[in-house]
Amino acid sequence: MAQMTMIQAITDALRVELENDENVLVFGEDVGVNGGVFRATEGLQEQFGEDRVFDTPLAESAIIGLAVGLSTQGFRPVPELQFFGFVYEAMDAVVGQAARMRYRSGGRWHAPITIRSPFGGGVHTPELHADSLEGLMAQQPGLKVVIPSNPYDAKGLLISAIRDNDPVIYLEHMKLYRSFREEVPEEEYTVELGKAKVKREGTDVTLIAYGAMVHSALKAAEELEKENISAEVIDLRTVMPIDIETIIESVKKTNRAVVIQEAQRQAGVASHIVAEVQERAILHLESPVLRVAAPDTVYPFSEAEEVWLPNYEDIIEKVKQSINF
Amino acid sequence: METIMNKIFCRKEEVTIVSFKSPLEGIEKKFEVIQIINEKGEVVNEEAMPDLSDEELVELMSRMVYTRILDQRSIALNRQGRLGFYAPTAGQEASQIGSHFALEKEDFLLPAYRDVPQLIWHGLPLYQAFLFSRGHYHGNQMPEDVNAVSPQIIIGAQYIQAAGVAMGLKRRGKKNIAITYTGDGGASQGDFYEGINFAGAFQVPAVFIVQNNRFAISTPVEKQSAAKTIAQKAAAAGIPGFQVDGMDVLAVYQVVKEARERAVNGEGPTLIETLTYRYGPHTMAGDDPTRYRSEDLDDEWEKKDPIIRFRIFLENKGLWSEEKENEVIERAKEEIRDAIKQADQVDKQKVTDLISIMYEELPSHLQEQMEEYKEKESN
Repeated sequence: MAQMTMIQAITDALRVELENDENVLVFGEDVGVNGGVFRATEGLQEQFGEDRVFDTPLAESAIIGLAVGLSTQGFRPVPELQFFGFVYEAMDAVVGQAARMRYRSGGRWHAPITIRSPFGGGVHTPELHADSLEGLMAQQPGLKVVIPSNPYDAKGLLISAIRDNDPVIYLEHMKLYRSFREEVPEEEYTVELGKAKVKREGTDVTLIAYGAMVHSALKAAEELEKENISAEVIDLRTVMPIDIETIIESVKKTNRAVVIQEAQRQAGVASHIVAEVQERAILHLESPVLRVAAPDTVYPFSEAEEVWLPNYEDIIEKVKQSINF
Repeated sequence: METIMNKIFCRKEEVTIVSFKSPLEGIEKKFEVIQIINEKGEVVNEEAMPDLSDEELVELMSRMVYTRILDQRSIALNRQGRLGFYAPTAGQEASQIGSHFALEKEDFLLPAYRDVPQLIWHGLPLYQAFLFSRGHYHGNQMPEDVNAVSPQIIIGAQYIQAAGVAMGLKRRGKKNIAITYTGDGGASQGDFYEGINFAGAFQVPAVFIVQNNRFAISTPVEKQSAAKTIAQKAAAAGIPGFQVDGMDVLAVYQVVKEARERAVNGEGPTLIETLTYRYGPHTMAGDDPTRYRSEDLDDEWEKKDPIIRFRIFLENKGLWSEEKENEVIERAKEEIRDAIKQADQVDKQKVTDLISIMYEELPSHLQEQMEEYKEKESN
């Protein structure tokens, strides 16, 4: 075991899979000599050579198009989009092409591509770097969308994503990259895609979150405990597909739920979960399922982001609203 | 009184350090149209004559005639409601068949929606081509020995994928190429530039064809770009580009053949613009070319017809006759009839079929939906 930050765990997962499978290729803008703008691919080109870990010209659509083409020749591409806001440049390649390879070809072709990309607020980036676009991706049949909240999951989920035979969008919250370390096994292991994790058990309310918001939910749960409110916290880990069974099981126990996302409120992952819960467990509910989300504006210029981003206090407020309903 | 502003804005003599014309002046001369047989069927470029046997020349002609009949029948079948989405091909046979004839079976084809003939000659059974037209997924299911993806609908998206396929072929050490097609409109897309640029940067074995049929639906090629040729766009990507008479099957064949050789020898990709024309509408879904093309222009291009000129060429060599042509026409008609029958016998596509190929393993929400649609479709 070693103490690792999330970004070290990600690098480690890439190293494991580059070693395991010669069909794995890591490429994108500045991932080679520079080791990625966040150093996620640090040392990989040196270790595996320019043939396996390489820089591409600067064009997001072609980076994903290249991955789709390589898939037909039996490769397992792991392209990086430098920031996930740049995915707009590659929307057709991701959604119109990679996501449809299996379906369109009647199973003749598939796209075992893992698109890694940093996103997430609170680190004062320019526009279109921090946006939470997982909802946009989760709406596209054919894709899986993974968002780790900690180093252990980051490694296990990334290995699973790379081994998955369908395209996976693997989103890395920038604020979590180096915010803490934890024990991560040095050997290989996987964390199953599509399975949530109960991070904290509780009896009064279920908090459902993913990515950085898992930590806000855990902090809120700690504070609520001081007021004798016992909150269960679920880390989704994968937002497409969603582990609805784990959510329903928890809600049937607590009878209340608050869904938390960093993304804007409109048409998002949280809305989908609210719909699923009311369809499947309405008679178990003591109060409406509430959402904590950002306002429905474009992601703000960085001076306003601290207020714009949901935080643990917003969660506490919604929990009380739910309890006092 | 002369102020500083006056000095700046009212200079008597303009001093310029660059000539804005020189980089572009005469650039089209570098991309002169390559032709081997002219409109009258005469050989105009003997040295460029491809090394093809008599049988191969006859086969080329047979395939063009077959493709013309397939187009006529497909249009008729579409009008009868027996086919669905269809993009007519007549006029483009030399570009399509000539370029495909230069390939090896193992080469990887990334067609656009008008490039169904190349797919058929690459091994897609005709009944599957009809299923593609009808919107049945089996039409997109390439047989195991056919290295191709199904026709691309998004203009230009196949260009970036071709760079990836070619990179994969190179990495596997195969002596094969990726070949892809788009049109004059496609050459305006970002993916067009990104595709040829990536292929050039990585020096991968790809051949990019632009079938310039002069109209992107209704928009004439002159409105697509200030560039005088599409071929010259290759220069910006640092790769060779050529303009070929796309109504001359031998010219198209020879240029693609040479580009293919170069690519498999590790010398990188090529962009080839074929100058051609589609006689019919953009697709059979209500497009009316008389709204945007003159009869004069249609007549001008029909005189360049690829089949007429190659027929004369072959007849002069004693390799072709009316009898031979009729044989091909009859064979085409018969095979088309059989293929339509075969397509009719394929089970209707079900929503459950489609659910089952969304992912390798069905996630739970789709398992639930699968059950729901199994029930709906069993009724």
